[in-house]
Amino acid sequence: MIPDLGKYAGAVLSSYAISLGLLILLVAFSVWRAARVRRQLEEVEARRKSDV
Amino acid sequence: MIALLLRDLNLAVRAGGGFGLALAFFLIVVVLVPFGVGPDSAILSAIAPGILWVGALLACLLSLDRIFALDHEDGSLDLLATAPIPLEGVVAMKAAAHWVTTGLPLTLAAPGLGMLLSLEPDAFGWQMLSLALGTPALSMIGTFGAALTVGLKRGGLLLSLLVLPLYVPTLIFGAELVARGADGMATATPLMMLAAITLATVALLPFAAAAAIRINLR
Amino acid sequence: MSLWEYANPVKFMRTSRALLPWFWGLTLVSLAVGLVWGFFLTPEAENFGSTVKIIYVHVPSALMAINAWLMMLVTSLIWLIRRHHVSALAARAAAPIGLTMTVIALITGAIWGEPMWGTYWAWDPRLTSFLILFLFYLGYIALWEAIENPDAAADLTSVLCLVGSVFAILSRYAVNFWNQGLHQGATMSLDKEENIANVYWLPLVITMVAFGLLFVTLVLVRTRTEIRARRIKALIARERMG
Repeated sequence: MIPDLGKYAGAVLSSYAISLGLLILLVAFSVWRAARVRRQLEEVEARRKSDV
Repeated sequence: MIALLLRDLNLAVRAGGGFGLALAFFLIVVVLVPFGVGPDSAILSAIAPGILWVGALLACLLSLDRIFALDHEDGSLDLLATAPIPLEGVVAMKAAAHWVTTGLPLTLAAPGLGMLLSLEPDAFGWQMLSLALGTPALSMIGTFGAALTVGLKRGGLLLSLLVLPLYVPTLIFGAELVARGADGMATATPLMMLAAITLATVALLPFAAAAAIRINLR
Repeated sequence: MSLWEYANPVKFMRTSRALLPWFWGLTLVSLAVGLVWGFFLTPEAENFGSTVKIIYVHVPSALMAINAWLMMLVTSLIWLIRRHHVSALAARAAAPIGLTMTVIALITGAIWGEPMWGTYWAWDPRLTSFLILFLFYLGYIALWEAIENPDAAADLTSVLCLVGSVFAILSRYAVNFWNQGLHQGATMSLDKEENIANVYWLPLVITMVAFGLLFVTLVLVRTRTEIRARRIKALIARERMG
């Protein structure tokens, strides 16, 4: 399936792996933090409503 | 404004750290380099302009966080901000005081330390000229960095991280000027670029630094 | 209906929520198409061998590394002039993305450089400029993290971004002057004769669009997070007061 990369296979594969890895890390971290902050905000909002 | 300059200079001299510390640090950097790269004078003379410039840059960095920190702690920075002279002028004077206590002695000490690094005698003049032209820019850029971080508790490390990338053009043209001067090549381009950077930073950065201080004091 | 309506956080949250699924979808599709095309379906180049495939991650990430800084510059200016909080927060949201893109460009460049130039790193103008850009991103992010007061942080980072931009351009020229490079010139300029061949060009354009879309998507997600974080801070401050 993977095309014949000849003697540069290591270079090509590692650069794709590192790029995709870093991008996935960035996306995962962004999404995780988005979810966490959203939950926190809901908590704080709920607390405020119950106080009133 | 002159009074402010004199006051800062007075404080620096009385505190004892002003002139001495930066110079001592510069000396130590220069002495340590041959231990690191070996005593071969051919190698040393090739890298001497760069070492002197990097040493000057680090020595400059050392005293930056004190430019505003003490005045901020005892409240005199607030007084200076509301004083009749413009804050831009205050910032420029602070940078000038910093230059007189670090840049100027470093420039004067450069030939002596250049000898330790077997810098070619032809290059002594160029080294002094390039440091004399370039260190005011280092002081001014550093003052801007100090203005950004004035309110922070542990601003020292952050200050280095902010200021060092801004030092890159000055360093490149400064060291290039010495290297070309030593080789007897045309020096007009780096000379003019270095002078242009210094003039531009001295003309424009006081406004940015004063804006940063106003934000920090708000 | 003007552009500035989106400076209202509520309006921004509503619009971005509606847009986000579309952006996610378009990003994933274009990224998949571009990378699969680039990786599986392009032939080997004459003097590059199969390393030519690295171009599909190297060039788009380098492009976005610079564009992210430009976007931060524009949003910082908007914040300083018109005081829209969303703008300042968007600049903050973009910085880590730009940092990641810079790192990807540097690492893939090093991996590509080894077989082509025989070295992972050379003090070539383009490489050096990217390293300096990397340092600028680090300083900018560190300054955001260090300052407690959100408005002061937005102001100071904006000032740093403006001054930093001037020095970044200056560094670019200084570095050019300082060393002649190994790196080849632009591959994509429209007015040049020797552009890269069409087989490579089309997937490259797709990956560039895909990285752009990914950047926009992530900026939207992260700006929404920053707005919420800011609101949490404000609400907690109000609770303490009451």
